[in-house]
Amino acid sequence: MLGNLKIAAVLGAGLATALAAGPASAQVKIGAVLSASGPASFLGDPEKKTLDIYVEDINAKGGINGQKLQLVVYDDGGDANAARTFATRLVEEDKVVAIVGGTTTGTTMAMIPVFEDAQVPFISLAGAIEIIQPVRKWVFKTPHTDRMACEKIFADLKARKLTTVALISGTDAFGKSMRDQCIDVAPKAGITIATVENYGPGDSDMTPQLTKIKAAAGIQAVVNTGFGQGPAIVTRNYRQLDIPYPLYQSHGVASKQFVDLAGPAANGVRLPAAALLVAEKLPDNDRQKPIAVAYKKTFEAKTGQPVSTFGGHAYDGLMILTEAAKRAGSFDRAKVRDEIERTKDYIGADGIYNMSPTDHLGLDLSAFRMLEIKNGDWTLVPDSGS
Amino acid sequence: MAEFLQFLFSGLTVGAIYALVAIGFTLIYNASDVVNFAQGEFVMLGGMTTVFLGYAGVPLPFAAVAAVAVATAVGLALYRFAIETAREANAVTLIIITIGASIFLRGAAEIVFDKRFHSLPQLFGSDPIRIGGATILPQSVVVLAGALIIMVSLWAFIDRTLFGRAVIATSANRVAARLVGIDTRIIVGACFALSAAIGAIAGVLITPITLTSYNAGTLLALKGFAAVMLGGIGSAVGAVVGGILLGLFEAFAAGYVSASYKDAVAFLVILVVLFAMPQGLFGKATIERV
Repeated sequence: MLGNLKIAAVLGAGLATALAAGPASAQVKIGAVLSASGPASFLGDPEKKTLDIYVEDINAKGGINGQKLQLVVYDDGGDANAARTFATRLVEEDKVVAIVGGTTTGTTMAMIPVFEDAQVPFISLAGAIEIIQPVRKWVFKTPHTDRMACEKIFADLKARKLTTVALISGTDAFGKSMRDQCIDVAPKAGITIATVENYGPGDSDMTPQLTKIKAAAGIQAVVNTGFGQGPAIVTRNYRQLDIPYPLYQSHGVASKQFVDLAGPAANGVRLPAAALLVAEKLPDNDRQKPIAVAYKKTFEAKTGQPVSTFGGHAYDGLMILTEAAKRAGSFDRAKVRDEIERTKDYIGADGIYNMSPTDHLGLDLSAFRMLEIKNGDWTLVPDSGS
Repeated sequence: MAEFLQFLFSGLTVGAIYALVAIGFTLIYNASDVVNFAQGEFVMLGGMTTVFLGYAGVPLPFAAVAAVAVATAVGLALYRFAIETAREANAVTLIIITIGASIFLRGAAEIVFDKRFHSLPQLFGSDPIRIGGATILPQSVVVLAGALIIMVSLWAFIDRTLFGRAVIATSANRVAARLVGIDTRIIVGACFALSAAIGAIAGVLITPITLTSYNAGTLLALKGFAAVMLGGIGSAVGAVVGGILLGLFEAFAAGYVSASYKDAVAFLVILVVLFAMPQGLFGKATIERV
């Protein structure tokens, strides 16, 4: 008797949910697959918040081409397989016009085949250079590449006359990719990489690897490539072992959360990052200053959290997409794609973009500034950037 | 020499963490032959609850005590709603139930807390202790001391108190235990609660070193379980020794072989030990009279 009642209740609930779905709305759908949870959460969470804030803002101002935008977001938790599943869902079920997403290199690379096959424009928010090299027709990205990060770090090292470095990398896709790029770029930049160590992204102690680096002869600086909690633990271990050389991090840790987790150990750590982090400290004649300051103020006011460059990537991705749609005058996927490729001199939170058929990123080294962490805050290292 | 010492200290740091997590498996196994795979989540709950209560303005010592209380309550709830309702099932089914519980707790933590990483301040400051050219964090010593204290307390509890005897009796033969007047439900329930408390204490102590997040429990439970298999399941001493040994294997493998293969080397050594002594270093060989 009770069993029948339970079955009836479940069926009733199911029916109600199906009916409540309602008629399909006539809004334009933009998809996003982000890693709002999991090891990449401090990249994906600000990205999600940024997209939510600015889609709402665009709709409040009347939408694009007279149509309102609807953001469809899926959380892949940092898992490449989940990302691929969501990508397929966005293309086949939600039938989105374009996607801004792919928080990590791993999830982006898993999703690229889906979007290339379905011919849907995809603006990735991940770091590795392999996303846009070789150039794929439908894939773009907004963050600086790991190769540029290496070049910026090596330029700073050269300026400080430090030419022999040790590399310590996370074994995640981004850490490995940037390590490979640094090894590739080093000879041209006049840098010798003497030792290479690595660690698992979930490890809680890197002192064995750092001990080997400390014992190696001739090292003048150490570069850590990776993101998530790994670099924070590496930084703490670095100070614990009293390693005297300068420590450089990658742009994968360009977020206040890293500074908080690493604590006082982060003092003196240098990293390449977008001007966004030091928006108010930029010189007044810097072309990026107005946009960077405006985005920073809006993000911090609406979320109560400090600004992060990863949110900036998402902002730039969304704006490049919507500007392209405005120029195309429609939401036809092919036309939007063509206009994205024609983005010229677009001033974003992360840099000034000039895309072309051979360059689907559009940034040069001037979009990276060298920052140093002092007393828990970012400072601009002079004589760097445009 | 300084390098060897540093690898040793690294191994002790990581090993103490594994040991503290591994001890949590002991009680529940002793009471019910169940390996509680939700033990990692108790550790995570201890750390995360303390962090979030701290954000809410509660002074950290009180937050830690409250976190242990919360974890104990969760342990009791796990027993009452998941284990006791399946009481006639065999141990394998109950183990799978704990795996389900761990997934549930992880999902709940994701919603109640958040998805980011968090840390706690180290108890005695972050200035490392320097010995012979190598350094060790004071917090690592705290974790080691915590593991040893809990190990001794647990051993004394199981071996020297009536309640402890009742725990052994319950796992040896449940019906016989009931026949001599032991309320097995209370025994097993109390063991779940105690294990949860131990896990939470572990969480509070290790978070300053390992950082914590809603899914920190998974990897910890896996390593803790490996440590327990090495040391002999059901033995508190075995759990601690197994944990420390596992940490040492990993650190020396990372230092002298290659960091990429440290996990492989560690597990290889465990396999070798288990081939020679299948019940682990301190485990009792199960003898079945036919």
